[in-house]
Amino acid sequence: MRARLLLGALGAGLIALPQFSGSYILSLATLALYFAFTGQAWNVMMGFAGQLSLGHSLFVGLGAYAAAALFVKFGIGPWAGLWVAMALCVAAGTAIGLLAFRFGISGVYFALLTIAFAEFTRIGFDHIGWLGGPGGLFLKVGQRTSWNLADLRGTPAMFYYVMLALTAGAFALCAWLLKSRAGYYWQAIREDEDAARALGINTFRWKLMAVAISAAMTSLAGVFFAFYYNNLFPEQIFHISQSIEIILGPIVGGVGTLFGPILGAVLLTTLADSLTNLVAAMGLDIPGVKQVFYGVILLLVIMFLPNGIWPPIAKRLGLGRKD
Amino acid sequence: MALLEVRSLSKSFRGLRAVARVSFEVPEGGLVALIGPNGAGKTTIFNIAAGVYAADAGEIVLAGRRIDGLRPDQVCAAGVGRTFQVVKPFAGLSVLDNVIVGALRAEHRVPAARRKALEILDKLSLGAKRDLPAASLTLPDRKRLEVARALATGPRLLLLDEVMAGLRPTECDQMVEVFRALNRDGLTILLIEHVMRAVMALAQKVIVLHHGEIIAQGAPAEVVRDPAVLECYLGEETEV
Repeated sequence: MRARLLLGALGAGLIALPQFSGSYILSLATLALYFAFTGQAWNVMMGFAGQLSLGHSLFVGLGAYAAAALFVKFGIGPWAGLWVAMALCVAAGTAIGLLAFRFGISGVYFALLTIAFAEFTRIGFDHIGWLGGPGGLFLKVGQRTSWNLADLRGTPAMFYYVMLALTAGAFALCAWLLKSRAGYYWQAIREDEDAARALGINTFRWKLMAVAISAAMTSLAGVFFAFYYNNLFPEQIFHISQSIEIILGPIVGGVGTLFGPILGAVLLTTLADSLTNLVAAMGLDIPGVKQVFYGVILLLVIMFLPNGIWPPIAKRLGLGRKD
Repeated sequence: MALLEVRSLSKSFRGLRAVARVSFEVPEGGLVALIGPNGAGKTTIFNIAAGVYAADAGEIVLAGRRIDGLRPDQVCAAGVGRTFQVVKPFAGLSVLDNVIVGALRAEHRVPAARRKALEILDKLSLGAKRDLPAASLTLPDRKRLEVARALATGPRLLLLDEVMAGLRPTECDQMVEVFRALNRDGLTILLIEHVMRAVMALAQKVIVLHHGEIIAQGAPAEVVRDPAVLECYLGEETEV
């Protein structure tokens, strides 16, 4: 009940946000939601099923390039393109999962495999001339005053609402998954895979399912990225720093929780941006100040709140262990 | 009729013979104990039966169907529940959620699995601790949880690997009562046990393993008087 009230208040505030905020706040909020969404998607794999991916930029990139290419080259809109993007990412995720889980690759080695796939895809896309190679793929940019939802062309407020809807959808999906048979099985696998097997769980199949769902969700973030930023470079979108930035939110907020990824993403995005502005306002030019800030936050959280900052807050608010 | 038949089972680890041509049967509805000194091959037999290892030779048959070579989850689906000697609770989950995971094998809907899990927790007197994280349980409670989880999968045969170890005599007697009741309700049980108090109270038949071979089997009272058994446990009687 209490959780519902809080959720309702939060939702109302987020829906009303564009009414009383400028374009800067709106872009910051959109970015925070973007990381909340991708963090949520990553959390399905790592937080629920215990499979560490350090290569989620692969799914962002594939999703983005698939939808952008269909739009730019064939005029196929994003709502049709996202199915292709999703299918492609599910296929890629399943391939990685099949390879890893079939041969018993787990833990750190699995994480390395995900990095490897993201990296060679990045290098691969550098050589696809049809998609612009290292020079990038561009969508037409323009100052827009009206909403064209069908083609995802519109005002910043439209993109904000699209991202808000995606994040809310991801939250609802994850809340449902966590309470379903899949959620129980994933958590069992995360806690002790041998014990999970002994209880009749086909761990191979359920882990594969976690990867597929996580990849499908992340591909949507890629589609959004393409239409929001209008430019795609392999060096940027497939880069490991993308993957790292995706996982910072859930780690800071609380891996395996429902609110953790959202809280972590919002905190990190707003704080990092405030800091960058502050440094700029002081007339200083410190390259990499954001990265250093992330490093310090990560260090502090791991030292003092290894389960993330959400669990203690949830406790204080009188909410259950599972949000 | 035999529910479980172990036929001429052998297994070596890098030349070390762990189990050598072991054959025995567990009758439907029976309660059989597997005893023997450390390293006798008891847990190896369990692990082959549960699908963790493949046998080098021989076969394991459950109700007429071969189960050796199946994966652990397939063995479980075939009707074999097992506990681990070194307990493996899902530490981050609540006691209830641990058991729900087991119950979901036969009952795919969470609310129904939850009802079944609650029933089983009561049976094992863990009902009051259902909302605690499994990590906070004491060893005796963890052993109980291990049994509850295995039971929740709805097995025909329960493999218990030293679930009495580390329990105080009164706790041990409680567990004995639980297994007796389960057995009365038709569950077949094969247990590995060092605690003779439990073995003598529970088992209808005792099988003694030593260096991977069966050296004696029969009723508990006979087996403990068997000279070969006494020798492997206590050493040979010698004149001084």
